[in-house]
This record gives sequence, structure tokens and C-alpha cells, in this order.
Amino acid sequence: MSGCMTISRRDFMCAVAGCAAAASCSEPTHTPFFRDHLHELDEKQIEQLVADLEADYKDQYGVDIEVGTQGPREGVQFAYALDISRCIGCRRCVHACVEENNQSRDPEVQWIRVLEMDKARGIDFAHANAYYEAEKVPRDGHFYLPVACQHCADPPCVKSCPVNATWKEPDGIVVIDYDWCIGCRCCVSSCPYGARHFNWAEPEIPAEDINPKTHLLGNRPRHKGVVEKCTFCIQRTREGLYPACVEVCPVGARKFGNLLDPLSEIREVLRSKRIFVLKTELETHPRFFYFYGV
Amino acid sequence: MQTYKNFVGFVSGSLRIILRGGPLYWAWIVALLVMIGIGGYFYAEQLQHGLITTSMRDQCSWGLYIGNFTFLVGVAAAAVLLVVPAYVYHWGPIKEVAILGELLAVAAIAMCGLFVFVDIGHPERAWHLIPWFGRLNLPSSLLAWDVIVLNGYLVLNFVIVTYMLFRYFLGKKPNTSIFTPLVLFSIPCAIGIHTVTAFLYNGLPARPFWNTAILAPRFIASALCSGPAVLLVLMQILRRFTRFEIRDEAIWKIAELMAYFMGLNLFLLGAEVFKEYYSATEHLIHMQYMFTGVDGHTAIVPFMWLSVFCSIAAFLLFLIPATRRNVFTLNLGCLLIYLGVYLEKGMGLVIPGMTPDTLGEIYEYFPSRSEIAISAGIFSVGFLLFTLMVKVATPIMLGEFRARSAETGGA
Repeated sequence: MSGCMTISRRDFMCAVAGCAAAASCSEPTHTPFFRDHLHELDEKQIEQLVADLEADYKDQYGVDIEVGTQGPREGVQFAYALDISRCIGCRRCVHACVEENNQSRDPEVQWIRVLEMDKARGIDFAHANAYYEAEKVPRDGHFYLPVACQHCADPPCVKSCPVNATWKEPDGIVVIDYDWCIGCRCCVSSCPYGARHFNWAEPEIPAEDINPKTHLLGNRPRHKGVVEKCTFCIQRTREGLYPACVEVCPVGARKFGNLLDPLSEIREVLRSKRIFVLKTELETHPRFFYFYGV
Repeated sequence: MQTYKNFVGFVSGSLRIILRGGPLYWAWIVALLVMIGIGGYFYAEQLQHGLITTSMRDQCSWGLYIGNFTFLVGVAAAAVLLVVPAYVYHWGPIKEVAILGELLAVAAIAMCGLFVFVDIGHPERAWHLIPWFGRLNLPSSLLAWDVIVLNGYLVLNFVIVTYMLFRYFLGKKPNTSIFTPLVLFSIPCAIGIHTVTAFLYNGLPARPFWNTAILAPRFIASALCSGPAVLLVLMQILRRFTRFEIRDEAIWKIAELMAYFMGLNLFLLGAEVFKEYYSATEHLIHMQYMFTGVDGHTAIVPFMWLSVFCSIAAFLLFLIPATRRNVFTLNLGCLLIYLGVYLEKGMGLVIPGMTPDTLGEIYEYFPSRSEIAISAGIFSVGFLLFTLMVKVATPIMLGEFRARSAETGGA
């Protein structure tokens, strides 16, 4: 057990939480039941926490899962750009994301929602269709708008969370501490992009489908009752890799990089293309740009 | 020492009173306990399987629980209506019922807490919301503010009521230098809890249906209708079954005030309807979902029209002196107001605000059996709490239940 909690507080909270505690949190046995906020833990305590989490995942899935803690790098501000004139609506990004980020297969959780829109209407959410079924995409007269977390510079979700369970990292990634989230869903209500997803039931992932390379603030397996969302594949991008959706996109519609690097692809897009962001009027300042490549 | 002895006598005497009652009383208590049991069973199931047992999903992630919470904050806030005239203007007829208003506030806030508790995915982490122990995101999170004001209001009302009753129990009058400031303070607090709760919705520009400046005033106006409706019925019950003297004028006066507040409430709703339908922007769709349905999705439409009908009918019944003085139409009016506001706050606020969702998808939310059972269970907890408190408070206010020292020493 990690010693990150003083005895007196733990005893007190045990008494307060009482039977609700006993009823709903029997599964993980290694991670401490009561833990301080992640920002209050020192390096050693985080190390212990990661070891506890890995032991719990081993018990649950029988797989050796690595929980990384790679921090943000100096001089890096991540941003994303998506070329809607290229996107064909094939949804490969949706599924690559599910596999990379250990989303629940049952019930299905998907961090990317691809909206099919009428070319004649332009971007019009009221008439968008996220459930299009087509033998062949793109369909005539339609274009496609994939939407996931926009990693806003002024994220309304972070503002509305009552317990600081979600915050913006120094490199611009909006993350969630799944062990601190109380599951009130204020962030789901405040997000203008439908990017936040709640685990309505205990997530189910077949052990053979688990991606064992994870991050503490990213794709490590979640439990029921907490919110999750896109993290720009924090476990990959902080290691210098592209997000899974960028890699899988068959038409190269997805661009990703460091805003502070003048030679990055993202800067080239901002320089040379006509870009826009979703729901400009809400002043959330997304770090997710859309553009017309052709 | 004497105070301690008296307090022990107060507690044990209260317990005796609770356990003494006719068959009607016990039938009511047992019925409530059964409802609580059923709710508890469904809650245990929800704990085990997660909130998947509700009808809420990502597209409509708040539902009946949060709707009930909002409605009950209004009921709690409405105690102010009775407290203001009674204490500020020393207005006789309803002074004795102000205490009932405060008891109602205590029971309503307790229910509010329970509704939030059953709504969250990790109830065992609710301590993250306790200042110093957890980590409240102040000043930016409105839910964090709501936790503070609601708990503050609960404590405040509990203290006022206990103090008043204990003084009456001792055969003494409440010490006004302690008591008046507390009561006066509870007035802005009552407005505060409902305003902060309105801001919880109001402060979400992602949801245009809620992002309207008259949301808080609408909350207050509707609360000032629904809260007193409960009290009017209760006052009549007390008058019938106890020696409690509540004059007709008091009841009629409250009914008259309710008519004005309902008028205001309907006016504000009308202003909202005009703004949406006349400007007919993309934001209109939420109100269309409420009143006409969108693309054949009409699950809540009948309830919304029922709510409007109830509110208008009750407004007329309470506005016309003859009908608010008639026992039958008075109680019919109370029922209509309660139902009208309950549907408006419970369903008409939360569901259309989230339907269609932020990306335009329509998911038709309608509460699941489990949600309804758990909600009924929580209402039963509230009614039980309220019944027991009123059961003890009534004989104290009537001077039937007194400390021994008060009896021998004279009041």
C-alpha cells in the first residue's frame, strides 16, 4: 500500500464513507482506497501508485501493463489539424483510437465521433448524422467532420469540474485523473464538443486486446463511474510518436505537432491554409484546427 | 448541567413522541419505509452495475436525479417566503408556520444531497467535495459553490429550528439577539442557494437552452410557488389533526402570494418562449423538442403541455379570491402547482437543455424504472424526515411537550 495518506484522515474518511465504500470499490486491491490528489503526491508516492496500479491490472487482465508517467517537455505545445477536404469518413481513426487507448468494447466507448454532413448545408450540427452506414465512403453530396477533444486553451470542462479531477497540462493536453473523478458529469455538460464520455458500466476489454503500453493520465484501463476522453495519445506523443489516428488515416487528413516549432507540420498548415475552429463564438480557443487542404 | 439534563429530556421525549401515533400515522410511516426499501434495493443494483441502470447516456448525461435535485432546492429556498413576512414585518398570522417552513427546508436539502449522491459515479469519493479534506475547485466550479451554499443552508436551518424548538421546550422565548440575525441571514441564503443552482446550468455556454440571464429569476419564481404549496397542505393537515390553530387568513394570504409568483413565473416562461420562437435561431430546437418534438421525437412533449396547463389553471384558481378560499379548489390548486413546477423543473429544464446534444444528436431520454424507484425512495426519506420533525415540533409549539423544569417553574 502506498503511504500517501495520513492515518488520521484515512480513518476519518473510512468512517464517513461507510458502507458505500465497501459496496462499490471491492475490485482493486493494491491501489489505496483513499489517495491524495495527484498534484499533492511526490515522486516516490507516484512511483508506488504506478506499481500498485500495475499490480491491480495484472490481477484483472492477467497482462503486464506498463503505466508510464512521462511528463510534458519544455518548449512543446501540442496542436492538431484536420483537413476536411480530404477526410472520407471511413472511421478508421475511430477504431484505431479505441484499440490504442483501451476504450471499453462493451459497452462501446468511442472518443472520436465522425459526423456526416450535407455539402449543401455546410457545417450544421443540427442536421449532422453520426450513425451513417455506407457501403462506400465518401457518399455523394456529403462531407465528413471527425470531432474529438479539442484540447481548448480555455477548457470549460476544467472550469466546471468541482474537484480538480481534470486539468490542462503544460504541453496543452487536457487530462483526467480517473482515480479522483467523482463522476458528477459537470464536464460532460459543459463540453461544447461532446468529447467527454462517461463509463456508464464497468468497461469490458478482452485481455488479448489490451494495449499494455499506457500512461497514468491517458490510456490505462478505467473503471466504471468515471469520465474519459481523447488525450492526444499522451502515451505516444510525449515519446515523440504521432497519435494513433494520425498514423492510421489512409488519406493523410490528420496533422499533428508542436506549435512552438516553426518547422513543424502544424505550423506549416497554420501558415499556408485557411483554417477554422469549431464554435468560435464560445471562446474556448481549441488547439484542434480544421482546414480545407484543397 | 441543567441545560444538559434538559437536552437529554428533549431527545428522549422526542423519541417517545415519534413512537406514539394512531394507525394512520403508522400506515404512513410503514408505506414510506417500504418505498425506501425498494429504492435501496435499486440503488444497490445501480452501485453494482453502474449508472447503466439509468436511461442517462453521454448525449443526455443528467436526468431525473438532477431534475429532482433542482426542484427540491426550490422547495428549500421557498421557506424564505414564510420567514420574510413573519419576522421582518412581524406579521402575525403565519409566524407560527415559519418554523414548519424551516423544517421543510431541512428535509428538502437532505433530499437534494441524496439526489446528487445517487447521481455521481463514485459516491465513495464524495469526500473530494468536502473542503480541506477533498479539493474543491473554487472559485471556478459552480458545483463546488453549490456544495458550500447548500450545506451551509442545511446547517443554518437546522441550527435555527433546533434552537427555537429547544427554547420553546424550556418554556422560554427564543433570545432575539441570537435568533433574529440568524433568521435574517437565512433569507439571502435561500435566494443564494437557488441562484447558485441556477448558475450551475446558466454558466454553460455549451448549452444555449440554459444560457439565459432569466434562468435564476425563473428558478426563484417557480420555487416561490412549489414550496408554499407543500406547506399549505401541511397546515391544513395539522389544523385538522392537532390543536394547532392556523387561521384561514394565513392560508389565503399565502395562496394569494403564490398566485402573484405563479403569474411572474408564467411571464418569464413567456418571455423565454417569445425570444426563442421569434428569433428562431439554431437555439430554438431545444424549445421545439420540449413543446412540439423534433423529427418525431416527442417523449416529453405531453408532460410539458401538462405542466403549462397545471400552472395556468393553478394561477387562475389562486388569483380569484372565491376559489382560493374554497377548500376544494385551494387544494386542487396546490396539487396543480406542485405538479406543474415539478414537471417544469424535473423534466422541462434538464432534458431539453441536453436534447439535442452539443453535436446535434437526439437521444430520447426517459427515466428508467430504476431511476424512478430510487427517486421515489429519496422522496420517501425526505417525507419521513419531515414527518418525524413535524411530529416533534407540533407538541412543542403547542406547549404540550415541555421540559420538567419548565413545568414546575412555570413558563
